[in-house]
Amino acid sequence: MISINARKEQAVRDLLDGPPPTVPPQLARLAADRGRRLLRRRLLLRGGVWLLLVAALVALTVWAVVSGTWVDDPAETTPDFEGW
Amino acid sequence: MRQRRSAQKRRRALEFEAFCAGAAGRLLHVAHLLTAEPPDDAPQAERLLVRSLARTYAGWDRLRGEDPYEAARQHLVSRFAQTAWRYRRGSGGLLDRLSPQERLVLVLRMSEGVAEEQTAAVLGLPPERVHQILLRASAAVLSRRPPAAGRTRPEVATR
Repeated sequence: MISINARKEQAVRDLLDGPPPTVPPQLARLAADRGRRLLRRRLLLRGGVWLLLVAALVALTVWAVVSGTWVDDPAETTPDFEGW
Repeated sequence: MRQRRSAQKRRRALEFEAFCAGAAGRLLHVAHLLTAEPPDDAPQAERLLVRSLARTYAGWDRLRGEDPYEAARQHLVSRFAQTAWRYRRGSGGLLDRLSPQERLVLVLRMSEGVAEEQTAAVLGLPPERVHQILLRASAAVLSRRPPAAGRTRPEVATR
């Protein structure tokens, strides 16, 4: 593998190291506003997912209690007691 | 609870403002190099920077001692890499002859001093490949270095 020699490397660095550009004055504020929006959206989304989860759990519980699937049907094949 | 949250918000806003005051210039320089726009007219670079700073802001409370500059640069780089097709044709910046990938490697390695392995991980390439790209990009940059100021001469684009 060839490696660029140090002088070339320095030349490239010098070329890339321009003077620092002037930052538009409103840029930081724009970014912060956008960041706040992003954060709020994330929070809302997380809240929505939690709400959905809780609602699903409640629905499952209610359905289970009402339908009582674990209770056996009364036996229908037992012969009637007769002749006592 | 509410009070604590608003105090946290205020602190975050202040810290972020201070961070921007210190780091936005350097990040904007990186963005200019990546989008290959001239520094005095770089709407794409500024948009890129605002986006990545916004994401840095949103993740501010979860930095846990990490360097926010590195986080912001990480957002900048990944956003640039995801949308590289938009920047294929530079518009008069220093690196506008290079492909987006070459610009990314050159800037991360030479200007930002990111290690070769780390650059490779960011790009999802083997380190040897990153080394090759760096060599090619450096040669391309150096070969068009003497752009005698003031004299514009149509150059043949070499790929």
